[in-house]
Amino acid sequence: MDLKLRVWRQGGAAGPGGFKEYDAKGISEEASFLEMLDIVNEELTMAGEEPIAFDHDCREGICGTCGLMINGQPHGPQQGTATCQLHMRKFNNGDTIVIEPWRALAFPVIKDLVVDRSAFDRIVEAGGYISVDTGSAPDANLTPVPKEAVDAAFDAAACIGCGACVAACPNSAAQLFTAAKIGHLNLLPQGQPERLTRTAAMVDTMEEYFGSCTNHGECESACPQGISLDYIAQMNRDYLKAQLADLRRSGQK
Amino acid sequence: MTITLDSKVPAGDIAEKWDNHRFSIRLVNPANKRKYKVIVVGTGLAGASAAATLAELGYEVEAFTFHDTARRAHSIAAQGGINAAKNYPNDGDSIHRLFYDTVKGGDYRSREANVYRLAQVSNEIIDQATAQGVPFARDYGGLLDNRSFGGAQVSRTFYARGQTGQQLLLGAYQALARQVGLGTVKLHTRSEMLEVVMKDGRAAGIVTRDLTTGEVASHSAHAVVLATGGYSNVYYLSTNAMTCNVTAAWRAHRKGALFANPCYTQIHPTCIPASDEFQSKLTLMSESLRNDGRIWVSKTADDTRPATQIPEDERDYYLERIYPSFGNLAPRDVSSRAAMRMIEQEKGVGPLKNGVYLDFADSISRLGKDTIQERYGNLFEMYQRITDENPYQVPMRIYPAPHYTMGGLWVDYNLMTNIPGLYSIGEANFSDHGANRLGASALMQGLADGYFVLPYTIGDYLADFLNTTPVPTTDPVFVEAEQAVSDHTRKLLDTKGSRSVEWFHRELGKIMLEHCGMARSRPGLEKALSEIPALREEYDKDVRVLGEADDLNQALENAGRVSDFFELAELMCQDALDREESAGGHFRVEYQTEEGEAKRDDVNFSHVSAWEYQRGGPATKHAEPLEFEYVKLAQRSYK
Amino acid sequence: MTATGSKNESPAKAKRPLPWPIRFYQSDVGKKYVMAITGVVGLGFIVFHMLGNLHAFEGSDQLNHYAEGLREIGEPIAPKTFLLWIGRLGLLAALAGHLHAAWALSRSNQKARGAVGYEDRNYLAANYASRTMRWTGIIILLFIVWHLADLTWGVGAINPDYVRGEVYANLIASLERWPVFLIYLTAQGALALHIWHGAWSLFQSVGINNARFNHWRRNFATALAGIVAIGYLTVPFGILFGIIH
Repeated sequence: MDLKLRVWRQGGAAGPGGFKEYDAKGISEEASFLEMLDIVNEELTMAGEEPIAFDHDCREGICGTCGLMINGQPHGPQQGTATCQLHMRKFNNGDTIVIEPWRALAFPVIKDLVVDRSAFDRIVEAGGYISVDTGSAPDANLTPVPKEAVDAAFDAAACIGCGACVAACPNSAAQLFTAAKIGHLNLLPQGQPERLTRTAAMVDTMEEYFGSCTNHGECESACPQGISLDYIAQMNRDYLKAQLADLRRSGQK
Repeated sequence: MTITLDSKVPAGDIAEKWDNHRFSIRLVNPANKRKYKVIVVGTGLAGASAAATLAELGYEVEAFTFHDTARRAHSIAAQGGINAAKNYPNDGDSIHRLFYDTVKGGDYRSREANVYRLAQVSNEIIDQATAQGVPFARDYGGLLDNRSFGGAQVSRTFYARGQTGQQLLLGAYQALARQVGLGTVKLHTRSEMLEVVMKDGRAAGIVTRDLTTGEVASHSAHAVVLATGGYSNVYYLSTNAMTCNVTAAWRAHRKGALFANPCYTQIHPTCIPASDEFQSKLTLMSESLRNDGRIWVSKTADDTRPATQIPEDERDYYLERIYPSFGNLAPRDVSSRAAMRMIEQEKGVGPLKNGVYLDFADSISRLGKDTIQERYGNLFEMYQRITDENPYQVPMRIYPAPHYTMGGLWVDYNLMTNIPGLYSIGEANFSDHGANRLGASALMQGLADGYFVLPYTIGDYLADFLNTTPVPTTDPVFVEAEQAVSDHTRKLLDTKGSRSVEWFHRELGKIMLEHCGMARSRPGLEKALSEIPALREEYDKDVRVLGEADDLNQALENAGRVSDFFELAELMCQDALDREESAGGHFRVEYQTEEGEAKRDDVNFSHVSAWEYQRGGPATKHAEPLEFEYVKLAQRSYK
Repeated sequence: MTATGSKNESPAKAKRPLPWPIRFYQSDVGKKYVMAITGVVGLGFIVFHMLGNLHAFEGSDQLNHYAEGLREIGEPIAPKTFLLWIGRLGLLAALAGHLHAAWALSRSNQKARGAVGYEDRNYLAANYASRTMRWTGIIILLFIVWHLADLTWGVGAINPDYVRGEVYANLIASLERWPVFLIYLTAQGALALHIWHGAWSLFQSVGINNARFNHWRRNFATALAGIVAIGYLTVPFGILFGIIH
């Protein structure tokens, strides 16, 4: 199939950016979206133009490195699918495809379609963990965890940290990412001791970088792992508790 | 340099070696640990767990990753699970059985003491991960669930749906993030290690290139740990992530670190076959699928009927036929080669006739679609996304693909390479898997090294350097290394040839897959050894890398990595040629049993081949003999 | 890596320990709680007011009597209009809270978005109601001001026929005018949209979340928006069709 691409090109973080149009000709329907870009890049290289920079790695939809705004949708038209797992059979011959980087103040463009998502790491560093030094863990079966609880925790833990939720949000909010991490840990018995301090620290850090939640639900529909908005509600409740609770008496500080 | 390979395996009964060793090695007093600085390169399972644990212990740690965050490494893609000898299912498992299965699975080419230690610490890994919040699958009583995996007759695999690697890596990443937040680990993201720096025969630090600014910088420390993964991408098409590379390990090798058993590569039997020549990578489907899927091809060659129209009695369930006791759960190397033979007999399925069927029809009718969905739902979805076929209705098509590399930097029992102060952990070292790795053992080994082995053994080396400062980065050794890195980068940019890096990489991959892949022969390897240097010469003259050195330049990054793959490829072929036997993932067609199984030569090749880099000439081999006291050498049989 | 894209100039600025309600309100999540809770207060008022309106169908005496009754709530224990004023002040405080939080959140969101937007944006879940909350909110605010001037304060320029205490007559006099009818229609449309998103959204904001009931949140919001819109529009339409006269 033959396609027209409209791609955001930007020399560097400071540099101005703009759209450039490219032809992608003779692309197989079996090709993945990123393989299509590989082909375009190889042609660009042969033509003496620097290839389009885009982040990608595992190409199995699990590492979370890739992420493009494709025709106005994060990760493109197929729901529940990361960019790397999108295949060209989802497009039609002759389509024009607009490809943009994630947009948010906290995700500055590094080059072309590559953005810096390190603000996510700052959120996790603020409390997205269970403090257990290596070697001090009790036997794994000491604490039974209801299957439903661990399944719910897993649904949240499945987050791949790609940033589509932020890219999708009209407020550039990272509530779904943060809520997923908090939800994963707060739903497990192992996560209870730090439940409230974790929630407060992560939400406060999140708000240093990202917008607030207007409950549009765009994040949920953009999420390649289909993480539910319900985790945001849970995060909000835990945040209130964190503000209300006597942390010392509830053993949290 | 004269090299003596001392494995430093402690004396005593195998069950007590690790305990004895921990008692006899020197310790660093808690108050002194902060006086030592350790560099960890790579933040996958092994690197992240090691960096976090070292920091917890009190060491000053600097960690490096070329990814944008420490949560991306390819450990994340491991699907099936992680082994441990917990024996929760009460089906006869034990540390000794895990040890035995791993040595046997590795076709008796691993170091017994290392493997035993791996089995010992496996249980602690499960405890640690669970405490970190890894959501392992549980049964309705709330206790941990296990499943069986290729190469084992017990259920010892812990899993988190089909995303076990992701969950374990997130656990390690979170432990690392905690230390970064506490300020005990300094994490450098988008920083690629391009040189190991040595001073007075010891590792003194590394040189990195900042991938966003191109800045070349030196970092010094008391010890350097390489946790930089495997080299399957030498085949171009593999299940590895696109940026997986051998560069860190290879640059260490060029500085004198021995590279062990490079020819031991694993071809994974259950990948989605390639669909066209622009395919950039192959996607793995967890081996756990073989628990409920039956592998078959048509009994007649060139059968063009769709799978559902081939009657039961015209199907050849060849794994069940040839290996009745292990059936579809035969180890990876065995089932991969069986699939290869089917394709050679023109029985391949799919449009390109490059696959075999993995059929769930029986399981679905026995267990119901819901159970299958519960077990493999995400894998089925992934398969459908890629192939546009619904595996609940038509059988999956699978084919073997390069997946894991058992070879790597030679390390002793302490996980130190032959260069003092330079350690290697995880897939990057030649490790514990011998000639073939069993399923669900990679996660186990990466975390064993990172959480439970290296953090103890490194103290023994560091103890000598109390109150010394690392070599300053202004030292000529660093300045020269930085210059070498800049020169290499410049050279790649200045070649201005006519072919892209990908083109060369694809060509290299073709050579390697054909001659040094699932089956190897003397003439093939000799051919490869003449083709690779020729292609490399062309690469040096004709590669085209556009852009600049001082900003994000992905083609440049890749060009450097492919340069190293060329050199590695030669060494792999050399090693494969030298090893005149078949063992595990290394299958020489000249050395097979009458049934076509791998035939070892325990008299001449019961050793680790550790190769020393020689500038401008072929590498030289050092052999570390392998002795088996606790496992009886036998022809591997999965019948 | 340095912290990039922080919305604050100095994210590490030392914070004095403040009382928790203030600390809570400083966060965006806290502001969303305020949005939700003040929204609930507003919804309560809206439903109450709507039910009161329906007295119009009972005729002049009944409506005027009801209106007078509102002033007399709490009598004789509390002085006349005392409780009414407390209610009014409460409503005013809720409105102020709602407005301030909305304004502060908008600013925070605007900052977070950064300078460059998408050329192409294709919304999947965000709907017209959720994306226009700010505008429907402003319309409702303007309507409230106008509505008070029209029927509570009786500003001459807006309602020249206004007579204090003659609720029924004032109502008919105002609504008989076509422009006023249209203002009503617009405002009720905006209110319905605002409620349709807001009454769903508030459950999320305060973390009322239970898988068993979640699907009812949307139904609840739809029903509430519908009931309010229909309830309020019966009066202008009643006047239009001469049922109320």
